[in-house]
Amino acid sequence: MNSSSRNRLIDQAFKWFGIACTLFGLVMLGIFLADIIREGIARIDWNFIVDGPSRKPEQAGILPALAGTIWVLVLTGIIAIPLGIAAGIYLEEYGKKNRFGSIIEVNIANLAGVPSIIYGLLGLEIFGRIMGMGGSVLAGSCTLALLVLPIIIVATRESVKAVPKTIREASFGLGASKWQTIRMQVLPAASGGIVTGVILALSRAIGETAPLIVVGALAYIDQVPTSPSDDFTVLPIQIFNWVSRPQKGFLVNAAAGIIVLLAVTFIMNGIALYLRRRWQKKVKW
Amino acid sequence: MRKKEKIIEGILALAAGITILTTIGIIWVLLSESFGFFSKVSLWDFLTDTQWTPLFADKHFGIMPLVAGTLLTTFIAILVALPVGLTVAVYLNEYAPKSFRNIVKPLLEILAAVPTVVYGFFALTVVTPFLQKIFPDLSGFNALSAGIVMGIMIIPLISSLSEDALYAVPKSLREASYGMGATRFQTSFKVLVPAASSGIIVSVILAISRAIGETMIVAIAAGQQPRLTLDPTVPIETITTYIVQVSMGDVARGTPEYQTIFAAGITLFVFTLLLNNVSIRIKRRFQQKYE
Repeated sequence: MNSSSRNRLIDQAFKWFGIACTLFGLVMLGIFLADIIREGIARIDWNFIVDGPSRKPEQAGILPALAGTIWVLVLTGIIAIPLGIAAGIYLEEYGKKNRFGSIIEVNIANLAGVPSIIYGLLGLEIFGRIMGMGGSVLAGSCTLALLVLPIIIVATRESVKAVPKTIREASFGLGASKWQTIRMQVLPAASGGIVTGVILALSRAIGETAPLIVVGALAYIDQVPTSPSDDFTVLPIQIFNWVSRPQKGFLVNAAAGIIVLLAVTFIMNGIALYLRRRWQKKVKW
Repeated sequence: MRKKEKIIEGILALAAGITILTTIGIIWVLLSESFGFFSKVSLWDFLTDTQWTPLFADKHFGIMPLVAGTLLTTFIAILVALPVGLTVAVYLNEYAPKSFRNIVKPLLEILAAVPTVVYGFFALTVVTPFLQKIFPDLSGFNALSAGIVMGIMIIPLISSLSEDALYAVPKSLREASYGMGATRFQTSFKVLVPAASSGIIVSVILAISRAIGETMIVAIAAGQQPRLTLDPTVPIETITTYIVQVSMGDVARGTPEYQTIFAAGITLFVFTLLLNNVSIRIKRRFQQKYE
């Protein structure tokens, strides 16, 4: 065999190896989803959704955990969305030339690499102890809000950056002030990208487990939280709790809980993907 | 009017300033609580003692077993994710038809969107039993299964960042290589990968940092037994798992046991901070090269 045909053979072989590697992750995901659904789908019924925890796996349900997840989702959104959008606007429209802006930029790059469990330690001390929130829904939400803030900031910056200069100049030309221009022109034009970023950030928040455990979310909660200062648990912690138990019945419950969690996560990601596509198509300057 | 504009700018700057407060808060919390810890346990013992038993009667505070557990699971994860992720990046960049690429890329991103507690379940209930068929001695909790699943999770991190780096290599290099009669394989591995090496290294560093900080997969599937070993078949404990383990239990505030989670936390923070800074620095140099 001469070297040219050998090279071609290697090239072909790598092509198939590449396809195999690409499919490897997807096949694993497929096996895994099939396994979860096989194990858990039969367990999901109305009682599973509206029941609380129980020592008997067949009687246990996810209501307090699901309610906790919704509480955390809403509160995290209320805190993180305005802060993230405001910070993103500041960095892109005001802080580009000054030192403060560039310090924040490096800082955000560093924050994005901090493990989520470290945010848990931050929340435990600052929100839980010093601010006296304890292990409440509010303390957990504040912690997750800080965790997802960089995602919203980066998404806001990118969408604001994509709005062409001409739009701003036209607005200035009509006598609008800087803030009027941002509020009436830039933000509406950037809203598609911002909304996408917000949804991705919130879908990240509902999957987080470790920081909430550290902040002090409890594994066993039989009441639906009725105020931000109540103790709480969330779906991923409930799943973790069930996975850690030896009885087979709880593993089935964990699988069923995972189906619910994944359904919520995938729906949110799907909406984000759809909005991004639609926004990219619609906006042509 | 002007005054109102200034006030708004101030409010926006305040929001941006929260991110700085977050960093200061993290460093302050970790330092102040670890300070209490290190006033009771010497730094020398912390770094050299080979046992970590703060919750037992005979207390030892050597961080090494936790660091070993963390590095072991991370190493296994990278061993899976680097070859697969890089191959995927090269394949999608140089070989794959565009239509295939457009379908596969978002699908791979799903791997990164799945909550990690779900991966933990997968490692414990699917991968470990499967591996036990091959290695009958494998313990129910082990670093191997957790590491492999963590590797699968970070494949998209390596593949998408590496693909960006490969894509950014100037077209002229690629065309020169093809002009010399090189195959796609030769062009990829002798021209593009070396030219994109800094970007690929950044992707690997970020993946390592991600794996070191990963918590739920190892907490569920790797065990809770701090052990200074490189054996991937026995239960171990990572830094992150230890923090979760203590947080799940009842440990009184202010005791050395409570402060250990901050000492463990600062160790974790130092690791990831170093890795992130190296990656930021490489990225800067890389950007200068092609502009």
